[in-house]
Amino acid sequence: MLSLNDILTLLPELYLTGAVCMLLLIDVFLKQDQRWVTHWLAILVLAVTGWLVVSGQPATPATAFGGMFVRDGVAEVLKVFALLCSGIVLVLSRPYMRDRELHIGEFYTLILFATLGIMLLVSAGSLLMVYLGLELLTLSSYALVALNRDSSLSSEAAIKYFVLGALASGMLLYGMSMIYGATGTLDLGAIRAASATSAHPTLLLFGLVFLIVGIGFKFGAAPFHMWLPDVYQGAPTAVTTFIGSAPKLAAFGMAYRLLDSGMGGLVVHWQEMLAVLAVLSLAIGNIVAIAQKNLKRMLAYSTISHMGYLFLGLANGTPEGYAAAMFYAICYALMATTSFGIILALARAGFEAEEIADLKGLNQRSPWFAGLMALAMFSLAGVPPLFGFFAKVLVLKAAIDAGMLWLAIVAIVAAIVGLYYYLHVVKVMYFDKPEGEPLSAQVDPSLRLVLSANALALLALGLWWGPLLAWCQRAFAA
Amino acid sequence: MSNLPLLSLLIWVPIVGAVPVLLAGAGRPNAARWLALLVSVAAFVLSLLALPAYDASSAAMQLVENHPWIETLRVNYHLGADGISLALILLTTFTTILVIVGAWEVIQDKVHQYMAAMLVLEGLMIGVFCAMDALLFYVFFEGMLIPMFIIIGVWGGPRRVYATLKFFIYTFLGSIFMLIGLIYLYFKAGTFDLATLAALPLGMREQTWLFFAFLIAFAIKVPMVPVHTWLPDAHVEAPTGGSVVLAAVMLKVGGYGFLRFSLPIVPDASHAYAWVVIALSLIAIVYIGYVALVQEDMKKLIAYSSVAHMGFVTLGTFIAFMLVRDANDVQMARLGMQGAMVQMISHGFVSGAMFTCIGVMYDRLHTRMIKDYGGLVNVMPWFAAFMVLFAMANCGLPGTSGFVGEFKVILASFAASPWIALFAAFTLIIGAGYTLWLVKRVVWGEVANPHVAEMKDINAREAFVLGAFALGVLVLGVWPWPLTHLMDASIGQLVEKLVLTKV
Repeated sequence: MLSLNDILTLLPELYLTGAVCMLLLIDVFLKQDQRWVTHWLAILVLAVTGWLVVSGQPATPATAFGGMFVRDGVAEVLKVFALLCSGIVLVLSRPYMRDRELHIGEFYTLILFATLGIMLLVSAGSLLMVYLGLELLTLSSYALVALNRDSSLSSEAAIKYFVLGALASGMLLYGMSMIYGATGTLDLGAIRAASATSAHPTLLLFGLVFLIVGIGFKFGAAPFHMWLPDVYQGAPTAVTTFIGSAPKLAAFGMAYRLLDSGMGGLVVHWQEMLAVLAVLSLAIGNIVAIAQKNLKRMLAYSTISHMGYLFLGLANGTPEGYAAAMFYAICYALMATTSFGIILALARAGFEAEEIADLKGLNQRSPWFAGLMALAMFSLAGVPPLFGFFAKVLVLKAAIDAGMLWLAIVAIVAAIVGLYYYLHVVKVMYFDKPEGEPLSAQVDPSLRLVLSANALALLALGLWWGPLLAWCQRAFAA
Repeated sequence: MSNLPLLSLLIWVPIVGAVPVLLAGAGRPNAARWLALLVSVAAFVLSLLALPAYDASSAAMQLVENHPWIETLRVNYHLGADGISLALILLTTFTTILVIVGAWEVIQDKVHQYMAAMLVLEGLMIGVFCAMDALLFYVFFEGMLIPMFIIIGVWGGPRRVYATLKFFIYTFLGSIFMLIGLIYLYFKAGTFDLATLAALPLGMREQTWLFFAFLIAFAIKVPMVPVHTWLPDAHVEAPTGGSVVLAAVMLKVGGYGFLRFSLPIVPDASHAYAWVVIALSLIAIVYIGYVALVQEDMKKLIAYSSVAHMGFVTLGTFIAFMLVRDANDVQMARLGMQGAMVQMISHGFVSGAMFTCIGVMYDRLHTRMIKDYGGLVNVMPWFAAFMVLFAMANCGLPGTSGFVGEFKVILASFAASPWIALFAAFTLIIGAGYTLWLVKRVVWGEVANPHVAEMKDINAREAFVLGAFALGVLVLGVWPWPLTHLMDASIGQLVEKLVLTKV
């Protein structure tokens, strides 16, 4: 049954599983002041996994374990960026976690397991695999959110996340069971083939609705967004940075697998549902964000609106649109690591820089970090020549292409509303008088380096985004 | 020489030059000043080099650079300049030098950031004037907002935050509708290339929608009535340099956009709705002129006068449709268009100079209220001479640049309809009214109060800036030929194409 081909196809995931287990063991024997070993080993593991993903990428899509696992271009792109984001998160969060005495081995293993979940999820070839990957990701995330046991805010966030997450998983499973009932198979390709001739179209449609609910929850799209602001605010910022970045790629991968690979025959139905989710997310996310005083919470609402933009591309339902949506997901993940990274960089022991007011006069305290944050904010707002603008252009194009001009217009009106709160952050940093002490030079050098590279990438990719777009489009062309 | 990518250099020298200014200038304001001056002079020299490389007898786009940018979308890094672009580029590089010299001692706080923002702004504005690809144009058009946002917000007056947010959101609002229009065009043509879009056949319904998408974007930028309200706020709160660049160059981007987008891409809708633009222009000329009359803040007064003067630009541009299509008078249409273009350049000099004058006064007395001044001529004779000269240009006195453009536009409108010309000509009275009254209250008369008595006359640096502006105003007023010659062929071609219908 188990062939060499199966193992080779699954090699990056197998390696990651083994390596994480090893890491868990190694960490047990380390003292607190030797934790840097775990840190760098974890980053090394991510790098090697990334190398395995790219170097072993088959020329044509390969499947393993009887179609359970698919290794195609889409999976490759998403895995590379998920690994990249996880790596960035690890580097950015070390000083923060150390200052809060949360610098423990579990943080690393949980993030790596969550990353493994992402990798399995985006490669899923059957409903079972989707569920497996998703649960691995979300269970690790629940634990990560609760990492700071002594904080009541953290615990509350974790419980909320867990309860609502479990509910969403239940919905998803329920939908899957309906689809299984209607088509008699769990394999996504077979479901697509069978859905055309299914004797139970109503059942199938019901299943689809439940799938969309599950997807909407994982994205944090309105009206399934309730967990997101609390979790973003309550979780330790390092964990928020993770949840805000790589899992968005996973959410896109899951939506693509379920909706296109599985339910591609029902495109007209889910297109409309996604459009509704998009409008709600754009409106709720952007409008509520204006009222926020907590930066993490504001960014949480901003996430909700950005998922709305992403749905614009997804709802297009063609390879072109998926490429735009994937491009958007990548762009968003990189913007999220930058903006949360700034919060991490400004935080000190006993001080969280998570209120917007904490950024007052940042330009005078630290022009460099203020500049980086301004890049992130203008990119999130979608001002050219930054990366976020071009991602927006692509999803708008996808929406217009799909004949949903009205949706594109809703999206740009939302963008104008959104502009205000991003500009507000820039205003606070540049125009307000500084409060608090100047940022000392003791910002961790590796954090400074990675954060700078991350933010400058938003500018560089804005000037030169052709290759990335071509890569995304190639992934869907096959 | 001709192999040099001049336009790219013009865009990127200031933008890349801003990096050393930012790095080397931190904590060393003098280094920042000199470096910024060096970069801006280099850009000016480059723009002068472009002149001999440009053949004014040909209407074709010249100095063209075309490289693939995003190949999968067929978006190109496509630059090119015709006479109109070149004139505006020269205006930009010229003004930037004066703004940097003008800020020399005035800006004391975070000098390196101010200078860097100005240089980035310069590069982006030049980019707007030579982008031949709609997406590239849009990138420059929007990117421009970021440095201006910072300039007004950091170095501006007490209500700067309100003003700069209003400025940014207002402009963003307008241009994002244009973006949808451009994406729509992309689906029709499969490219963002402006020349291809100009040749693309479009139905009347599509043209109408696109026309209004463009109109919103450019009308806000120009700005036209009734979407001009951001301008007085932005001007009043901006630092002097910001006001000068805003009035002298940034407003021209709107007028330029009409020429590059509305006219060639949607000519039939532009013709059908020319009356809207003409009516709004006349309202700007007459009504806003009256509004300027009652202002008590000098910067506000000049800001409103800018709106009125830019009304001539839009009037001259769209009157061409009435002339070409309804009256079949190509010659007159050409005259009107030419008047509009000369008015753009002239207004660049005049408004830039007026804002500099107000800046000079503000630096001494820290107020912009007219009532706080009076009798400046007694204590600042040199300054008074300059100020009166610019005031004359502002009311369009023959011999100054202000006259040439307005006269041509009025002539052309007379050919279209004497009524339009009548209303347009009102500006000669109203303009003289608010400008001369301003001069009377500020410059002439007895020394108004002890503070004014202590004011010192302009120093060499200020004299240089005002002198350069004065030179521009006078040369253009007495001998506009070099400018009209530079733009003549391009305007001729533009007007000829107005006849062609695309439906």
